[in-house]
Amino acid sequence: MTYQEKKSIISLISTILIFGTYCLYMYPRHPEVELVSLATFRYWGLFVLNLMLFSIVAHIIISILFNIFFRITTGEKEPKFADELDKLIELKANRNSFFVFIVGFLLAMGSLVVSQPSQAMFIILIISGFTSDVTGSVTKLYLYRKGV
Amino acid sequence: MGKNLVGNHIRRLRFDHNEMTQQQLADKAGVTRQTIVALEKGNYSPSLELAFRIALAFNLPLEEIFFYGENTKK
Repeated sequence: MTYQEKKSIISLISTILIFGTYCLYMYPRHPEVELVSLATFRYWGLFVLNLMLFSIVAHIIISILFNIFFRITTGEKEPKFADELDKLIELKANRNSFFVFIVGFLLAMGSLVVSQPSQAMFIILIISGFTSDVTGSVTKLYLYRKGV
Repeated sequence: MGKNLVGNHIRRLRFDHNEMTQQQLADKAGVTRQTIVALEKGNYSPSLELAFRIALAFNLPLEEIFFYGENTKK
């Protein structure tokens, strides 16, 4: 298995773990107040901002650990640059990832149109962000294994 | 995925060229080893620029390395 394939798998697993851990941590902190209160909006605002921060830091740490582990176990150096195949796969992964996020965004807006609680909009947005991240990693893994 | 109609003789040529490794060819062509693996497997058709760089690495004309036609993918 190549470096990029392993990296895609690590990225996929870490995305699921980070999101799962964070949701488990934040779930009990949901305010016990009515759905349209200021506290609810503050909670979801903090949820998204902290998730982004937590996710970036965790991804960096996991990436560093993975590179160290990869070098020790295989003796191979990680590629220092992205060539045309990497760039093409990156573009296709980004396209699929954005597509999933845009669908999620439209669904979130749609939930407001059909008078769903604002909480539903936040949940759909967060889930679409997570799904788009997973889609990007899965696309990369698929294209590296099956070809462009 | 789309049908890949560009085939190549890279694997054979590497061995004909003093058993050149994939990494050595990758270094000469300025790509990663994974791209050479993908080319050899027929999973990827290179850009014209990369095709010329590989031809230069083998010091051969383009058509002796790459060919175009049906049933190129094993």
